[in-house]
Amino acid sequence: MIAIGMEGSANKVGIGIMLHPTDGSEPRVLANVRHTYNSPPGEGFLPKDTARHHRAWVVKLVKQALREARISADEVDCICYTKGPGMGAPLQSIAIAARMLSLLWGKELVGVNHCVGHIEMGRLITGATNPVVLYVSGGNTQVIAYSSQRYRIFGETLDIAVGNCLDRFARTLHIPNDPAPGYNIEQLAKKGKRLVDLPYVVKGMDCSFSGILAAVDALASTLGLAGAEQAQNDDDDDADTKNDKPTRADLCFSLQETIYSMLVEITERAMAHVGSKQVLIVGGVGSNVRLQEMMGIMARDRGGSVFATDERFCIDNGIMIAQAGMLAFREGLTTPLKESTCTQRFRTDEVFVKWRQD
Amino acid sequence: MATLDEYKPPPLPAPFTNTNPPPILLTQGAEAHLYKTTSLNPSTPAALKIRPTKPYRHPILDRRLTRSRIVQEARCLVKLVKEGVSVPAVLALDCEGQGGEEASWGGAWLLMEWIEGPVVRVVLEQWEAWMKAQIHLEETVRISEEDRVRGLMRRMGETIGALHKAGVVHGDLTTSNLMLQPFEGESEANDSVSMEGKIILIDFGLASQSAQDEDRAVDLYVMERAIGSTHPRTEPLFDSLLQGYRESYKGAVSALKRLEDVRLRGRKRSMLG
Repeated sequence: MIAIGMEGSANKVGIGIMLHPTDGSEPRVLANVRHTYNSPPGEGFLPKDTARHHRAWVVKLVKQALREARISADEVDCICYTKGPGMGAPLQSIAIAARMLSLLWGKELVGVNHCVGHIEMGRLITGATNPVVLYVSGGNTQVIAYSSQRYRIFGETLDIAVGNCLDRFARTLHIPNDPAPGYNIEQLAKKGKRLVDLPYVVKGMDCSFSGILAAVDALASTLGLAGAEQAQNDDDDDADTKNDKPTRADLCFSLQETIYSMLVEITERAMAHVGSKQVLIVGGVGSNVRLQEMMGIMARDRGGSVFATDERFCIDNGIMIAQAGMLAFREGLTTPLKESTCTQRFRTDEVFVKWRQD
Repeated sequence: MATLDEYKPPPLPAPFTNTNPPPILLTQGAEAHLYKTTSLNPSTPAALKIRPTKPYRHPILDRRLTRSRIVQEARCLVKLVKEGVSVPAVLALDCEGQGGEEASWGGAWLLMEWIEGPVVRVVLEQWEAWMKAQIHLEETVRISEEDRVRGLMRRMGETIGALHKAGVVHGDLTTSNLMLQPFEGESEANDSVSMEGKIILIDFGLASQSAQDEDRAVDLYVMERAIGSTHPRTEPLFDSLLQGYRESYKGAVSALKRLEDVRLRGRKRSMLG
């Protein structure tokens, strides 16, 4: 059976084609294409511009994916699309495209929860059977564990997502958004050495990032490190190293160290609580090497192991929607045209996970 | 990748390297290792909580967090003992990480009074298993069994109320952090699980001194979620805990009111209307 997955909940539009062989052998990725909308440095992506980008690219990407997969539209069994959560306008543009294809080709629709898509793709790629999942991206920060046919949220952010915290600090420093603000912060952080004191906010199993963002933003402007002019010195290796004041690199380094420590801490707490030894990191921030490294050390000290994927599957993509949608489709779960809406608020624990029996 | 077989707990700090018999590792929590050892003389049992250094964290951040948390924990315990709340007493601590072989050990430890008895999580799990095993459960038995659990929940609520009244919030209230210390000498004549005993609060690793409704309500909310996720059969009886809490001190009413707001939080909750 073949599923096509369409994702567009944030600034990436992704189309993936997944084959689940009928003989029960390993599912195969036939195509996984993506295009990212990047705003200029110092700015974030706005819903209406992002939706316009998605509308302009979605048909092109579907054609490209079909070509790469060497299949025709007739061979597709179902069309899976992101129902939510995400930004309203981009979600709508992809839902409309999915409906159009469904009517055009006469295929079933399957609405997919974006977070569940990440989890199922992570499980498929890494082979982790029943891990504690840390889902970290620009819009979501959740620690999730599976229990009786639900992905339950053990801890989450109380305000902004961790990726949003990074993105917005990148904006303050005028760090480029291409390929991703978080990636560029990570590169700059490698040059940082001094740890600046920042708030550390863990509240039970939950955490909060808005206060940290305010603190590091304020620090950047007090030290005169914010803005486009300062950004030009980032490539200069020995800028300011003789100085006693923290540098831009130091701030990136301190921000990363602080927020990733918080994430690892709440993940460890969830592992201790459910007695699991496996951790799976999914979501765009999950491609951060420092976070993976810290998580690895924590898991090792607990006698466990960490599973992570690379940017193809970590960052939003269409194939994960195809995978989660296919699992639902095989259980007979489809979305009638009349109900093929999308929603900005759609919690991970609302989804009935019919395809897992453990 | 490391596996379970390769894992060794970190070495004990001094002076516990010389204790005879050596401390026994009981549990590895997320933050700390808990050992059973003795204090001053070999017949006095004591609980040793070691917060090893977290190698994934930056050393400065790690020191800052480890130190502040162990000091915070000890301060709360000392205050609660003074106020007469049932918690283990503090016997000794090292917050500067001087106990290691080398200066880089960095961890901290806290030695506390030993509490005998099971944690409430185990009691409830045993009870739920017992209830499940009864194929023909008479209605009267079911009601009297549930009444016993309601009694336990009520006492838990009263203990949490006493804690909050003393101006401390726990920060991680789960059924694993409440112990049931059996009364000496007596036991119930009942083939089900015993619910007799005194409720003792343990693990103040995330506790802080606060008298705000917000923090108190979060405490109760964490407890509610913990019971919902680990004890499905006990969940309908949770109102008894709130009842016990309500009657335990004056400020309880406004904390319970705040709890209603806290329940509605969480990102991306579906909102209708």
